Amino acid sequence: MAEANVVLNNPMQPASREQELIGRVQRGENELFYELVKPYERRVYAAALAILRNDADAEDVAQEAMLKALRGIRQFRAEARFSTWLIQITVNEALMRRRRERNGIMEAIDDQRDQDGEYTPRDFADWREIPSEALEREEVRQKLAQALASLDRKYREVFVLRDMEQLNIQETAEALGISIAAVKTRLLRARLMLRDLLAGGWEQGWFSRLPFAKGTKPW
Amino acid sequence: MVNDKPVNCELVWREISNYLEGDIDATLHSAMDGHFRTCSRCRSVLEGTQNVIQLFGDERMIEVPSGYSRRLERRLTQSVRAPGRSWSPWSAWLVPVAALLLITGGVRIASSRTVAHPLLSEHAQPAHGIPSDMVVVVSAGAKEFHVRGCEFIHNKDNERTLTAKEAVQQGYVPCVRCMRKYLLTANAGRTALELEADSQIDSEEPRSGGGG
Repeated sequence: MAEANVVLNNPMQPASREQELIGRVQRGENELFYELVKPYERRVYAAALAILRNDADAEDVAQEAMLKALRGIRQFRAEARFSTWLIQITVNEALMRRRRERNGIMEAIDDQRDQDGEYTPRDFADWREIPSEALEREEVRQKLAQALASLDRKYREVFVLRDMEQLNIQETAEALGISIAAVKTRLLRARLMLRDLLAGGWEQGWFSRLPFAKGTKPW
Repeated sequence: MVNDKPVNCELVWREISNYLEGDIDATLHSAMDGHFRTCSRCRSVLEGTQNVIQLFGDERMIEVPSGYSRRLERRLTQSVRAPGRSWSPWSAWLVPVAALLLITGGVRIASSRTVAHPLLSEHAQPAHGIPSDMVVVVSAGAKEFHVRGCEFIHNKDNERTLTAKEAVQQGYVPCVRCMRKYLLTANAGRTALELEADSQIDSEEPRSGGGG
């Protein structure tokens, strides 16, 4: 059906186009760089925000990271994923910014708080089908963002890079400069804590109190 | 070894994240599947954790400040332009021509959206780049379609296969996890399990599951 093909065969940025853009920018057509990075601009911002927790700093770091990527694009190797390379540059830039601004003091304090032991998930009623339509609601996104923001830095960073930025475990470890074992432990903890925070909210009804169609839950 | 000991809830909670990553051995995976069938609490933890990953994996969760894209583009454009370089007289034509192209393109995009089949969720993102003849899996009561073997299929006992084209026509939307991974790795025709096998780069990591 032609209608379905409109949806299926209309990639926003097919891999071949991305490869072509990378090659052309590497050969000096810098004016194409924004087209190359545009599909990832939101993810770059989110990665910076996860580390800096400040809108203005995150935006500034996102811009700096993009400029750094442009200057270093000849070092990008085709066997890597461009989006991952970009996110790693961003994380590095954000970590450097944080170290510079905190002058290392807070880092040392934070690093002592490593509570990576056992975690017992709370016992809630089933939270079965994913309430994906609920994401259109500003209130729901705010609740999710608040839950994420309430996590300790080390859990939040790992969760954002793995589950929002879609880096794999090893890429997350490399980006943050921590071990693979630490990534796995923190990821487990982050996911379970978020589940507890959100399943609890669901059970208490803040999802279902939102103005969906009368009489039916959207999930 | 795991199969010498019963899989208890504590072990399941410890391994549930690795389970969702496809990063446990087949014996433990099978034992955990069995446990989920009989333990409602662990099943609730599994489903809640799947929901967390799917909700936060959705691009809509990333909010950027107003004007972010415009400011970024301006900054990049400024850095690209050579210092002191000015517009040539003929380039003044570029602005209205570009504006016309943008308007025309916008109208075309808007009109093309109106002919697409309505999705189960009106806010769903279309399945860009997924081959229309790819075999995918859906399950009763769910709204996403998945790569076969995806850990995020709810209600696996009631799943059925169809092509991606049919799934889209019926209003299903792509799973944020397996379909994104499929597109990122661009391995047409491969199953989630095969894709997971590719990502077993962490296998050198010691696992607590082995000791039960």
